[in-house]
Amino acid sequence: MADTIAVEHEHTPNLQHHFDNMEQQFSSATLGMWTFLLTEIMFFGGMFGAYTVYRSMYPAAFESTTHYMNVTLGAVNTMVLICSSLTMALAVRSAQVDNQKLLRLMLVLTLIFGFVFLGVKGYEYHEKWVEHLIPGPHFEYNNRAFAHEAQILFFLYFAMTGFHAIHMIVGAGLMTNLIIQSSRGRYSSQYYAPVEIVGLYWHFVDIVWIFLFPLLYLIGAHLKHT
Amino acid sequence: MSTVIESPRSEERVNYLNVKDSWKSWLFTTDHKRIAILYLISITAFFFLGGLFALLIRLELLTPQGDLVTSDTYNKLFTMHGIIMVFFFLIPSIPATLGNFLIPMMIGAKDLAFPRINLLSWYLYIIGGLTAVGSILAGGVDTGWTFYPPFSSTYSHTYVMAAAIGVFISGFSSILTGLNFIVTTHKMRAPGMTWNRLPLFVWSHYATSLIQLLGTPVVAITIALLAMERMFHVGIFDPAIGGDPILFQHMFWFYSHPAVYIMILPGMGVVSEIVACFSRKRPFGYDFIAGSSIAIAVLGFLVWGHHLFVTGQSMYASLIFSLLSMVVAVPSAIKVFNWSATMYKGSVSYQTPMLYAFGFIGLFTIGGLTGLMVASLALDVHLTDTYFIVGHFHYVMVGGMVLAYLGGLHFWWPKMTGRMYPEGWAKFSALVVFVGFNLTFFPQLILGYLGMPRRYHAYAPEFQVLNVMSTAGASVLGAGFLIPMIYLVYSLFRGPKAPANPWDARGLEWEAAPSPPPTFNFDKPPVVTREAYAYSEEAHVG
Amino acid sequence: MGEFRLFPEAAATNAVAVDHLYLFTVLVTVVMTALIFTLVFTFAIKFRRRSEGYVPPLIHGSTALELTWSFIPFLVMLVMFFWGAKIYFDNGKPPSNALDIYVVGKQWMWKVQYPGGQHEINELHVPVNRPIKLTLASEDVIHSFFVPAFRLKRDVVPGRYNSMWFVATKPGRYHLFCAEFCGTEHSGMIGWVTVLPEDQYQNWLSGGSATGTMAEQGEKLFTQLGCATCHLMDAQGRCPNLRGLYGTKQVMADGQAVLADDAYIRESILNPNAKITAGYKPDVMPTFQGQVNEEGLLQLIAYVKSIGPKNAPGAQPAGGSAPAPKAKLVKAAGSLQ
Repeated sequence: MADTIAVEHEHTPNLQHHFDNMEQQFSSATLGMWTFLLTEIMFFGGMFGAYTVYRSMYPAAFESTTHYMNVTLGAVNTMVLICSSLTMALAVRSAQVDNQKLLRLMLVLTLIFGFVFLGVKGYEYHEKWVEHLIPGPHFEYNNRAFAHEAQILFFLYFAMTGFHAIHMIVGAGLMTNLIIQSSRGRYSSQYYAPVEIVGLYWHFVDIVWIFLFPLLYLIGAHLKHT
Repeated sequence: MSTVIESPRSEERVNYLNVKDSWKSWLFTTDHKRIAILYLISITAFFFLGGLFALLIRLELLTPQGDLVTSDTYNKLFTMHGIIMVFFFLIPSIPATLGNFLIPMMIGAKDLAFPRINLLSWYLYIIGGLTAVGSILAGGVDTGWTFYPPFSSTYSHTYVMAAAIGVFISGFSSILTGLNFIVTTHKMRAPGMTWNRLPLFVWSHYATSLIQLLGTPVVAITIALLAMERMFHVGIFDPAIGGDPILFQHMFWFYSHPAVYIMILPGMGVVSEIVACFSRKRPFGYDFIAGSSIAIAVLGFLVWGHHLFVTGQSMYASLIFSLLSMVVAVPSAIKVFNWSATMYKGSVSYQTPMLYAFGFIGLFTIGGLTGLMVASLALDVHLTDTYFIVGHFHYVMVGGMVLAYLGGLHFWWPKMTGRMYPEGWAKFSALVVFVGFNLTFFPQLILGYLGMPRRYHAYAPEFQVLNVMSTAGASVLGAGFLIPMIYLVYSLFRGPKAPANPWDARGLEWEAAPSPPPTFNFDKPPVVTREAYAYSEEAHVG
Repeated sequence: MGEFRLFPEAAATNAVAVDHLYLFTVLVTVVMTALIFTLVFTFAIKFRRRSEGYVPPLIHGSTALELTWSFIPFLVMLVMFFWGAKIYFDNGKPPSNALDIYVVGKQWMWKVQYPGGQHEINELHVPVNRPIKLTLASEDVIHSFFVPAFRLKRDVVPGRYNSMWFVATKPGRYHLFCAEFCGTEHSGMIGWVTVLPEDQYQNWLSGGSATGTMAEQGEKLFTQLGCATCHLMDAQGRCPNLRGLYGTKQVMADGQAVLADDAYIRESILNPNAKITAGYKPDVMPTFQGQVNEEGLLQLIAYVKSIGPKNAPGAQPAGGSAPAPKAKLVKAAGSLQ
């Protein structure tokens, strides 16, 4: 028995001592990230739940807010994130096929897309600030009929996009680390678990936005054109 | 290491405790056993801090006038008692200490899947805990541990933000511990350790982890939204802009009811192990005990509305929540019957851990049945927010969880520290705890039906006799908790050395590892060849 | 004064019903606890360790037993469930002849007003053997109106009206507690419910120093705040006329139909733009948030009720039977003076 263990325990530099082999380490890491994403779903789920409750309580007030959302910038950001998901997927693929150059390029592109998204988001927040759409004592809403309830949507808007942005910032940090490590040639087809799990995280954050965009920007869009 | 000749009592074998002894080797350790010890120390500190508040509460309630402390101080006392006991003692207690220590050992792994994340969990717990303690030092919080708005968001003038941030941060500690346990149970099992060979302790922690993963993030975001509301003076729970303060209660209890099961499921796991070991029998109905843990975790998510029967929520919603609350009691009943049946035709001995297990079974039964009473709609209307509720959940939390924790601590103390505790003192203090507990909390059940509301600083004079009884019991209970603290610390220095398997128990942590275990748990990687709880087979090395 | 007892006084029809259920559940608890204790002690003693060498037999379990001890307790639980639900639902809807009383919770007092205009603080007087309906509102945080002798409790939530009803059966003075933690003097937010025989109740009502019925007080407020100018006399049609409004279904600008009840009128005063009646413009009426307190709101509602549908031929009967008895009640209560 002791012999078989010794054979199994070949010393790969990337293998942590408490795992038996690379495969166990890799599948633990990915399962860990999937489990973490489950937690994240519940985290955002709390806000989506509150959103659902209030939207069904105040449908008209929620629809009225679409006038004050910058749909164009929202759409641009959606495109930016979809592109970043593509480059992220390509980065994982590059690691799997040992293409170091492409891996670095794709990681850098993903990071740039991430920053573009955050920049646009920051600009939108600034717009809201200028237009007095931050909930609270200074909130001003031209559509007086909904001056109260619209604040609920804007509160949710800032909470949901704010927590999403925090996730983007964390993602950007992780991406920076990947870029540094990949420039040292850490990743290869033998060892790419970090790229894989950061990729999972990145896709998740993108998907959250895919839900946020229609729910926050396009609620009353069908009314705009009528 | 192989050159060291093991002569008994002469030279210490190298184990996880003596391998290094600098403070850095403790604060930056990634060894799950050392992290468990870090948790053990910090959780004990929080327990006694929370207990101190409880003692002051009980002292205040000796007289009906409310003359010992001011009402503001009193409100802060019960709030801090609740916050500290729930978030910084009960939720991490068994999982973070015993779970952390034992899960890798029980499944034959060298460590948890993510040792560094495990250490991070402890730091998050400490940061969260210190933030909460900071809010006490700054002046305290007076919202009750439930943080109901609009009182907490608008009207309270105390340090709600600090306490909320503390709870928020420690929530992530809980999430990461749960994540670690789930991945470890899936991926790190030794060869031959199949799912139906897992000790019931591991099953119950698996179920606990599911709740931690799925529930904790919801309360985290709820508390974050509440904190934002307090910061910006407007928010989604604010009735002035059409918000609904009851929505907070829904979101809060969506976590906090399952959190009750976070607090009790690990205790059930401990009791399953103890009852099997001291009856020398495989637990009766292993599959049902394991399955009922998962059933509790799942059903536990569907009953939160039973905290809102008098808020004005839809009567039909109340109806469904009441029914589901009855259903969730079934798996708990299954466990109690199975533990009793395990002793049937067994070989029962009465060491301290078993005494605590007896206490657990009895008190948890009362806790569960009083729970059924408040699940019944019309009774809940009368009993909610009274001392009946206080009594009920202390029967579950103290009578259940704390007794299980103490039982487990005694059971695995030889393994964790390599020392035996003094059996006589331990039996005596178990008895003191049991008596003190009932004297403290049984009068509260009666007080509740009489109509004494909870969180009252001054109360109607006719409630005094029962309150005095409760306070008397609390001082006995307090002594019952102090005695083990003293003799356990004493045993660290003077206790007799523990053999690898002092109870003749089954399980990898006993049979395949010395006491205390080496850094990577096993001298050689274990291979499992037989069923769990093989008490009825000849004890032989597999 | 500190009279020691183990069982609370019962002073309402509901209390008796709840007590029966309680005794049943206590019985279940005692029987079950005794059963478990007996099992544990019998097995622990009978199968105590006699020799270290004894190896117990291997028993895996028994599905039949598991099903038995799941199913039988569950049946008992179902009894507890249905019984509790029955009483809860009996308490759900007040009978139409219930006497209306209005309670406002405020840190840290209970303010009670009667349709006849009487006011009290931390005291509630009710006649015996008559259904009483309490409408509960909160000025600030969540409170909970709890009368142990009635075995009844209801949260008082800001931003909405909750209600509860009961029939007191025994004259006497009973505790009134706030049961939801509401701040510094939470334990001081207590008072007394006095149940009086009918004749004494009438005496008590007439002894008060009320300045007009609630509806009359509401009318005064209505005029003071300038509501009358638009809502009663307006000829330009800028605002809906409130005569005959209460209890009818109104069609809003967005097409939805809304019942003009207490909650609707409250919302329209505090947030006039929330629901705009079809045919009217938003932004005409200013908000009265901060200018009227919860008591004033209840008075205004009483007033709008009193100019209810009695002489309003235009009012749709869509509101069902709700408007008629309510209007009658106000009259009846008013005439009690």
